[in-house]
Amino acid sequence: MFRVLIAILLTLSLFSVANAQDAVEQVPRDRTKTGGAQTLEDIMARQRGEKVDNSFRSNATGDPNSAAGMANQLGTLGGTSDPELWRSLRFGSANVTSTYKGPTGTVLVQDGGMRWLTFRDGPLSKYGLYLLLGTFSLLALFYLIRGKIRIDGEKTGRTLVRFKAIERFGHWLLAGSFLLLGITGLLTLFGRKVLIPAFGHEIFSTLAVASKWVHNNVSWAFIAALVIIFAMWVLHNLPDRTDINWLLKGGGIFAKGHPPAKKFNAGQKLIFWSVIVLGTSISITGISLLFPFEINLFAATFEKLNSFGIPEAFGLSDFNASLAPQEEMQYAQLWHAIVSFVLMAIILAHIYIGSVGMEGAYDAMGTGDVEEQWAREHHSLWVEEVQAKQERLSSESATPAE
Amino acid sequence: MKAMLAAFVAIVVIAFGANFILENAGFSTEDRASGADVRLNN
Repeated sequence: MFRVLIAILLTLSLFSVANAQDAVEQVPRDRTKTGGAQTLEDIMARQRGEKVDNSFRSNATGDPNSAAGMANQLGTLGGTSDPELWRSLRFGSANVTSTYKGPTGTVLVQDGGMRWLTFRDGPLSKYGLYLLLGTFSLLALFYLIRGKIRIDGEKTGRTLVRFKAIERFGHWLLAGSFLLLGITGLLTLFGRKVLIPAFGHEIFSTLAVASKWVHNNVSWAFIAALVIIFAMWVLHNLPDRTDINWLLKGGGIFAKGHPPAKKFNAGQKLIFWSVIVLGTSISITGISLLFPFEINLFAATFEKLNSFGIPEAFGLSDFNASLAPQEEMQYAQLWHAIVSFVLMAIILAHIYIGSVGMEGAYDAMGTGDVEEQWAREHHSLWVEEVQAKQERLSSESATPAE
Repeated sequence: MKAMLAAFVAIVVIAFGANFILENAGFSTEDRASGADVRLNN
């Protein structure tokens, strides 16, 4: 739940940053002294970090219909003065043609870059790091207080097949690729701040090029594994009544005794759906970043959110649904990183409980066979299912065919 | 353990395969943004 809250907070923080740029000052300002141009008060307000309604500039791009005659002094400019032309370039309304074929060819000025860089190097890096370190510390604290969760009963020496080879393959394809993507992603994000001061430009250059190669190409293994695990485990991860009981008892983590669970308990189901939902979001933004400017996700999303009145519900003004191609990529990168941080934090907890945190848990994904007593304690309903199936099969094979 | 190693090998194979395909898929900046009348290599 705590992580879900963090996810929501992070999501809202992105929106509020996006929106802070759009929050418009309502009071109209008298600009007659400057002939309609911006005033000292506009500049001071902007420097104070307040949002100034730019429409008095973005709309002041000239009027070709009232152009002066050719013989007139301004006639050759076709009704548009130089400042008006530059304003139309600045606000993206100029009619630009370019021999450069990409969608960025006609964007001569866009001001999203600094906003993106400030957010990426500021709150994103800072809170992302806090989230990972915080999760790590909480797990360490939990380990110190609770220790390793042992198998309570006496071990039987018998094992049950928990995950078949194909299931373990899918899991490790996802796990291995996620680790590589997580590490190379962090190297890319913190390279300038941490690695260049520590190792110098030469070493970081090699590392950055290698990170980019690994991140871009290993991503496909992650996407393929996401599809594989979804197909294999979705039926086992549908919520049911046992989950409520499991969650109410906190999974038996703090108390003695274990609530009954099927193949996956409610905690594992939460991990599964986090991986599927967040992993899909990361994959989609990742693909849009892999093919720059080909897949634009955010203007359309903002438009939908605006039409549903989501920003209003949070007391914000509408999101800017008219984005330059570069701004699409900036939002894609930020969202990609934010969701990745949240998923990394969740996976840290998953790695903990699957390794040092619980006796007997690693075997499920290591050899695939788990100690029967472990299974009885953590997945009692699943054990009953498996044993009933085994008995049915053995009785069927014992009965001669008629 | 074999499944884990097979998965790690698959990651490497997929990565090199993806790189080969992407290199030849015509999505480089040169392919996407320039035309026959643009000389980038000479």
